[in-house]
Amino acid sequence: MLKLVGGGGGQDWACSVAGTSLGGEEAAFEVARPGARGKAGDGSPGWGCAGIPDSEPGAGVLQAGAVGPARGGQGAEEVGESAGGGEERRVRHPQAPALRLLNRKPQGGSGEIKTPENDLQRGRLSRGPRAAPPAPGMGDRSGQPERSAPHSPGAPVGTSAAAVNGLLHNGFHPPPVQPPLICSRGPVGGNDAVPQRLPLLPELQPQPLLPQHDSPAKKCRLRRRMDSGRKNRPPFPWFGMDIGGTLVKLVYFEPKDITAEEEQEEVENLKSIRKYLTSNTAYGKTGIRDVHLELKNLTMCGRKGNLHFIRFPSCAMHRFIQMGSEKNFSSLHTTLCATGGGAFKFEEDFRMIADLQLHKLDELDCLIQGLLYVDSVGFNGKPECYYFENPTNPELCQKKPYCLDNPYPMLLVNMGSGVSILAVYSKDNYKRVTGTSLGGGTFLGLCCLLTGCETFEEALEMAAKGDSTNVDKLVKDIYGGDYERFGLQGSAVASSFGNMMSKEKRDSISKEDLARATLVTITNNIGSIARMCALNENIDRVVFVGNFLRINMVSMKLLAYAMDFWSKGQLKALFLEHEGYFGAVGALLELFKMTDDK
Amino acid sequence: MSWPGTFKMAECGASGSGSSGDSLDKSITLPPDEIFRNLENAKRFAIDIGGSLTKLAYYSTVQHKVAKVRSFDHSGKDTERDHEPPYEISVQEEITARLHFIKFENTYIEACLDFIKDHLVNTETKVIQATGGGAYKFKDLIEEKLQLKVDKEDVMTCLIKGCNFVLKNIPHEAFVYQKDSDPEFRFQTNHPHIFPYLLVNIGSGVSIVKVETEDRFEWVGGSSIGGGTFWGLGALLTKTKKFDELLHLASRGQHSNVDMLVRDVYGGAHQTLGLSGNLIASSFGKSATADQEFSKEDMAKSLLHMISNDIGQLACLHARLHSLDRVYFGGFFIRGHPVTMRTITYSINFFSKGEVQALFLRHEGYLGAIGAFLKGAEQDNPNQYSWGENYAGSSGLMSTSPELGPAQRARSGTFDLLEMDRLERPLVNLPLLLDPPSYVPDTVDLTDDALARKYWLTCFEEALDGVVKRAVASQPDSVDAAERAEKFRQKYWNKLQTLRQQPFAYGTLTVRSLLDTREHCLNEFNFPDPYSKVKQRENGVALRCFPGVVRSLDTLGWEERQLALVKGLLAGNVFDWGAKAVSDVLESDPYFGFEEAKRKLQERPWLVDSYSKWLQRLKGPPHKCALIFADNSGIDIILGVFPFVRELLLRGTEVILACNSGPALNDVTHSESLIVAERIAGMDPVVHSALREERLLLVQTGSSSPCLDLSRLDKGLAALVRERGADLVVIEGMGRAVHTNYHAALCCESLKLAVIKNAWLAERLGGRLFSVIFKYEVPAE
Repeated sequence: MLKLVGGGGGQDWACSVAGTSLGGEEAAFEVARPGARGKAGDGSPGWGCAGIPDSEPGAGVLQAGAVGPARGGQGAEEVGESAGGGEERRVRHPQAPALRLLNRKPQGGSGEIKTPENDLQRGRLSRGPRAAPPAPGMGDRSGQPERSAPHSPGAPVGTSAAAVNGLLHNGFHPPPVQPPLICSRGPVGGNDAVPQRLPLLPELQPQPLLPQHDSPAKKCRLRRRMDSGRKNRPPFPWFGMDIGGTLVKLVYFEPKDITAEEEQEEVENLKSIRKYLTSNTAYGKTGIRDVHLELKNLTMCGRKGNLHFIRFPSCAMHRFIQMGSEKNFSSLHTTLCATGGGAFKFEEDFRMIADLQLHKLDELDCLIQGLLYVDSVGFNGKPECYYFENPTNPELCQKKPYCLDNPYPMLLVNMGSGVSILAVYSKDNYKRVTGTSLGGGTFLGLCCLLTGCETFEEALEMAAKGDSTNVDKLVKDIYGGDYERFGLQGSAVASSFGNMMSKEKRDSISKEDLARATLVTITNNIGSIARMCALNENIDRVVFVGNFLRINMVSMKLLAYAMDFWSKGQLKALFLEHEGYFGAVGALLELFKMTDDK
Repeated sequence: MSWPGTFKMAECGASGSGSSGDSLDKSITLPPDEIFRNLENAKRFAIDIGGSLTKLAYYSTVQHKVAKVRSFDHSGKDTERDHEPPYEISVQEEITARLHFIKFENTYIEACLDFIKDHLVNTETKVIQATGGGAYKFKDLIEEKLQLKVDKEDVMTCLIKGCNFVLKNIPHEAFVYQKDSDPEFRFQTNHPHIFPYLLVNIGSGVSIVKVETEDRFEWVGGSSIGGGTFWGLGALLTKTKKFDELLHLASRGQHSNVDMLVRDVYGGAHQTLGLSGNLIASSFGKSATADQEFSKEDMAKSLLHMISNDIGQLACLHARLHSLDRVYFGGFFIRGHPVTMRTITYSINFFSKGEVQALFLRHEGYLGAIGAFLKGAEQDNPNQYSWGENYAGSSGLMSTSPELGPAQRARSGTFDLLEMDRLERPLVNLPLLLDPPSYVPDTVDLTDDALARKYWLTCFEEALDGVVKRAVASQPDSVDAAERAEKFRQKYWNKLQTLRQQPFAYGTLTVRSLLDTREHCLNEFNFPDPYSKVKQRENGVALRCFPGVVRSLDTLGWEERQLALVKGLLAGNVFDWGAKAVSDVLESDPYFGFEEAKRKLQERPWLVDSYSKWLQRLKGPPHKCALIFADNSGIDIILGVFPFVRELLLRGTEVILACNSGPALNDVTHSESLIVAERIAGMDPVVHSALREERLLLVQTGSSSPCLDLSRLDKGLAALVRERGADLVVIEGMGRAVHTNYHAALCCESLKLAVIKNAWLAERLGGRLFSVIFKYEVPAE
């Protein structure tokens, strides 16, 4: 198992989901877990985890998320156990009651969500609503000795050399500094904005980071301040990136609580990135923002905002890097946290072309952390996880929410271009069981060859119309009916594409049939391998994620069917709304973590 | 049931199988001796019709000439004239049972059915067992053509029955495929316990079956991604229609052009991350583009990898779930295709991290037919017998390989044969083997040892003329002896050439298998015992010398006598027609004497010499019972072995003297040994009383080989060994103690002795011609 990020250390960044009025509408949302107490509060407004008391250094917010807001002591206990089991990233946990207390506190309002969006669409940043509530500690700092040149509001920023040099690594101009506050309590955001970047990784800091014209003594002081700062936020912009074999998944946190002062200090290109990403739903020819997946009013690392989900093909990666170079992204001195194979493949390009240093992260770590996080914050008040009821009955089969409060152990099947299968026993105790090269890439690759289609959407559209039984050889095609000796139904597929051995049949099938057969073949195969792994690992919950499932109801229902049917109801197939984005979310989470790492 | 073809068949019956190729499809020309042999006596049929190949099985009896020895009636005769033979030889017809299996492409099915119909004489057969996917498709055709009722048998049941049968009865049936070794096949020695195992049958789909006992098996899983997927999807992608052609394309392709590899995803970083860049991240992951063309070869290769890996992975998952480490693969997807065996093996090794072994079967293609046949023959209880592969009548392993030249394929790929002889007696392990599962009879694996292989193949080629000559000479009264001998020469020569090309064709190539193949070929052309006359003459000469030899031994002191006895054993062993050096001497100088042979022997210390230890042992208490495997007729058995036996008997040791059941070279056969013992008993009171009191027992080994496989011995012998508590095993002769069993570990004392009558081998062992091996071993406490 790859461990790209060193273990140990606490994670004292915090996240929280602000209670939203949106959530209220979902209060009646059914909690799927059989036998579970149907406490509406569990999955309803006000849940989420808020900031962790500062006095608990090393308190894992992810754990807090995993505990599940408003969950009883049982959940907390279990988390405690699992954390104890995970040796690499041992973390201390906040007490559950405290959590609960915090969770119940409603925060923010719905107006806050909508206004900025509208503002954005008008290309104007409205500062009013975002001014309140002010982030504690923000703005009331006294002058900073390191600050080279105080900017007056409205002064041109971001482009001039002086400004660039004066910039701190979060893209904001350095606020007046006061000695780091050691807060005993309070949201993590309390002493944010200390412009500190990667004290752990000084070699990653581009040279112009420190004001070059400053005196050595000044630099030294600055560094000391940075080193001593204990609780920090990473500089904006906050990205998490998962560069897969076929698709790049990008999550972007759009802060919605920018204060007037912040706004003023925000450098131009940071602002333009924010505007560009949030005001468009498509980027270039191939980039797409999955607006429907947007997580609204989220508190991450003490900041409130929206999490955006963007994807584009991996083949556009070079154009993306080029753009980063043209937009002078490196001047923002942000850390780009990236996972997926592409994080390694394109690392050099990022550095050479765009002067950007990637922080590379293990994709499986990211996947799991991202998944647990998104599930813990929920999908704008709705559960993230769902399953299919009556999977073996096409008429009665329907999507139902599932409560993944206590997810362990789970078999996690990540279906991207290829497929990885993980057995997850706790937040940080997991193993990669196996994988298969027959994945989404195979489906699309074969479909392109067989039907001449060009996109996943096209392939799925064809598949939806086709009939695979023209292409596949069924048990009944061989045995005339069921194969009773082995209890095989006549309608079971005996040989995928088996009918295509005959020339007449090859000449008589449609592209749609071929697309459908390809989809069914790949899906069933993944299902069958997953099922065997679940048996071998003695796990009865199988969570399917990955972009192969995007807009792919056929596969989801097939998987649900296969798990249920072949296990005689023992296995449950679970799905998640943000199917392909967990790696990217996990990468973003690492950004917060690394900022706090000592 | 009236048999409409009786008249016609009677007509054909007279001409035998040699004629009427004209009733076959014009496009097939069959060498009539080769295909559908012994059809006249065929009794029971089974047929397995697959997607492209038909496998026909039938049981038949084979008439063989056998040389029988019979004692003269000696009553009233006290003295014998010098040149009177000690016994008479008569050639008799013997009927043995044989299973025939023929595999041919489905296109020939009608022609073949016609041929069978025309040649079938037996009218008792009413039913044909049928299995395979095509069984019901051809049901009417079979019933109409053969007038036999088609009895459908379950495919998987047949497959498993067949699999159990070959695993039990054919040594070196299973093999692993090793990509980088030469040759790529590693045969497994027969494991005494074949259960449980996993059978993965890759037909159009994949069935995974767990086999627990002879009759108990369970379908544990399957996959729809199988041979049909390769074929169907391959045909769509490449517009190539035939399965073999697809494999051919695949063997030339580069899958990395189509597959997304780890290195495509990770770039160069895979190395620093410890990932193998060549692993496939996503099969066909690169073909998701409209603006690139992909070659047929590359797509076929990618498809092959995809399917093989997938099957291997599933097989591993199932093996793990059921805690099994042996997985046998079969089905048309495998069927001897090196390219699929390679990819499946790779996949199994990869996914199981070496914990699961992918095994393939030499006769995989016949499993269904064998099983169907066994199903139909249940009343005959074929499983109570032991069966042996007849090398003369069976095709080699690679005959259907697409990687062979088309010319080779056209000949043997169209019709592939397997013949199994029913052995008259069941064969079992020698109870004295230390560890039966790890016992390997053969000392040198010629598949492995290229130098030795070249030498021995040449050696057998060079000896062929002499064998042919001797075969003809052994049947002076036969008009067609020369013609048959010539056919034998051709057949054996061809086998040797096949083995030069494909040393793995019949399992592990060994000196033993070369010798056995020659015996099978000789038998095939009715030369059952070319040495019968030689043996008769030598036995006569030796018997006349026996009293003198015993007398002179008795004059020696104890210690002197022990050495003389051992030297006698060794000297007797020089007389071996199997070894070229000796046969040359014997041809040119038939009076080469026993004494002279002793003089020829290497002086002590011998090449391997633990005589002192043996002598020391003899000073101790007598052995309870000695099991002696005798070698040659004549001087060896009579002047070498019998005096040694006599000494053991005098010490109070019981002796079991084991001789071959059937003839091989000039080796003494069991029936010859009976006559010899009887004659010696007439001259010697010690042997006489021992025979009478059953302290000397003569048994047969169950073998007709110049070598010795201690894992396939006559059941009666094994029982006797157990009953008498044998605590000493004596193995003599090059074939039994050097080519085989040199390293055999026994759980009792053993004596392996031989004279190296082959200069090359002697040199290899660090000695010279007529070097002596005297290996006395005591098992570790």
